[in-house]
Amino acid sequence: MKPGTTRAACWAILRRDLTLAWRRRGDMALPVLYALIVATLFPFALGPDNALLARIAGGVVLVIVLLAMLLAFDALFRSDIEDGSLEQWLMAPQPLALLVGMKILAHWLTTALPLIIIGPVIASMLHLPTHPLHVLELALLLATPLLSLLGAVLVALTAGTRRSGMLLALMLLPLCVPVVIFAAGAVLAAQQGLPWIAPMAWLGAALALGIILAPLACAAALRITLDS
Amino acid sequence: MDTARTAKDNRSFMMRTDLSNPTLPGESDPLLEGRDVTFRRGDETVFGPIDFALHAGEVMLVEGDNGSGKTTLLRLLAGLLHHQEGDILLHGAPLDRLYAAGEIILLGHHLGLKFDLSPLENLRVAEGLYGRRQGTEPVTVLAGIGLAGYEHEPVRRLSAGQKKRAALARLVLIPAAIWLLDEPYANLDREGISLVNRLVEQHIHRGGAALVTSHGAVTYLNGEPRRIRLSA
Repeated sequence: MKPGTTRAACWAILRRDLTLAWRRRGDMALPVLYALIVATLFPFALGPDNALLARIAGGVVLVIVLLAMLLAFDALFRSDIEDGSLEQWLMAPQPLALLVGMKILAHWLTTALPLIIIGPVIASMLHLPTHPLHVLELALLLATPLLSLLGAVLVALTAGTRRSGMLLALMLLPLCVPVVIFAAGAVLAAQQGLPWIAPMAWLGAALALGIILAPLACAAALRITLDS
Repeated sequence: MDTARTAKDNRSFMMRTDLSNPTLPGESDPLLEGRDVTFRRGDETVFGPIDFALHAGEVMLVEGDNGSGKTTLLRLLAGLLHHQEGDILLHGAPLDRLYAAGEIILLGHHLGLKFDLSPLENLRVAEGLYGRRQGTEPVTVLAGIGLAGYEHEPVRRLSAGQKKRAALARLVLIPAAIWLLDEPYANLDREGISLVNRLVEQHIHRGGAALVTSHGAVTYLNGEPRRIRLSA
């Protein structure tokens, strides 16, 4: 790849973030561990009622994944702002939104993808029947990138403030409610043998919109953060 | 080398003439020019109004005490801050950070290095973002800057001076014409200081230009650089 092209820049950012995540794989394991612990505790708290667990399993998995992702959001742009990497991006002859998009992609790959992979494990711990499993996986594949994008916009907006973690959680809550409703709705419908394509289509539409708009919003917010 | 020579001629021409009037006829256009640039934060004036013209092949010093706005001026010229008053021109056209990108590079207090990556990996990221100057190669740049043998060491294990060198390597590698160096001599030993001076010298001989801040203790002394004086 020729250095200095947009493609090379995107690849450089992606490779950088994946390398950094690999160097700190302990941090990467934290959300997965968290998800497994919460899923293990649910049957103990609710009692060994398989029918009850099976009914709530889809929603519980989605909520667990959402909360586990929240753990990793706070640090998304912080280190890049603190060590001056972001200034380098701003001065580079590449569209900032695209670079930020690559960063979000890397973040999704390192935090959400492991959660999607262990999704079926968590679901079976909660006695979710096997037939809606593929719907659950599809719902996770659409919902997690959407959450990553929404989260990234909010992280970028709160990047300049100290103790942004609380603020971030409060702001993210109303935005992730519809995502959870649609994703859990799809899984529940599949479980009951009903058509589940409509909520999934909504998730897909929101994701398409998010992929276009969220990096632009992030880039604008980060420019404002540094412009002070 | 033709550009370097014309640039030097320009400089000596500028020396002989009235410095307060940067737009004399028959002179090549400045790379970067500021007219009545003022920067305010709220009601407080950080600096200005100042005028300057930075030509190819020229080093200009930005002098002032702590808090006089040296860093602010450099961040403004790098396109990181919005300026409110006056004009900043790049190649004679108003500085627009979308189009100026890649021409101007700032090295400030934040080195822009990832401490978990090696100097070589950091350089490869910069290479991807900015491209590289013709005839340069990350490994040879690192060797030339005194980091041979440390290419694969994580930056966090390097000393403060070595970190600075790793950041300076980025300037050498990428094709930006205008270097904005904010306190480039901080954390450097005598050898490091002469290294910075040598890099700046090489850069202006290639036809580049540099704006260097200092508060007097150690400064760039080769030739007779022009100065911008900021007062708090």
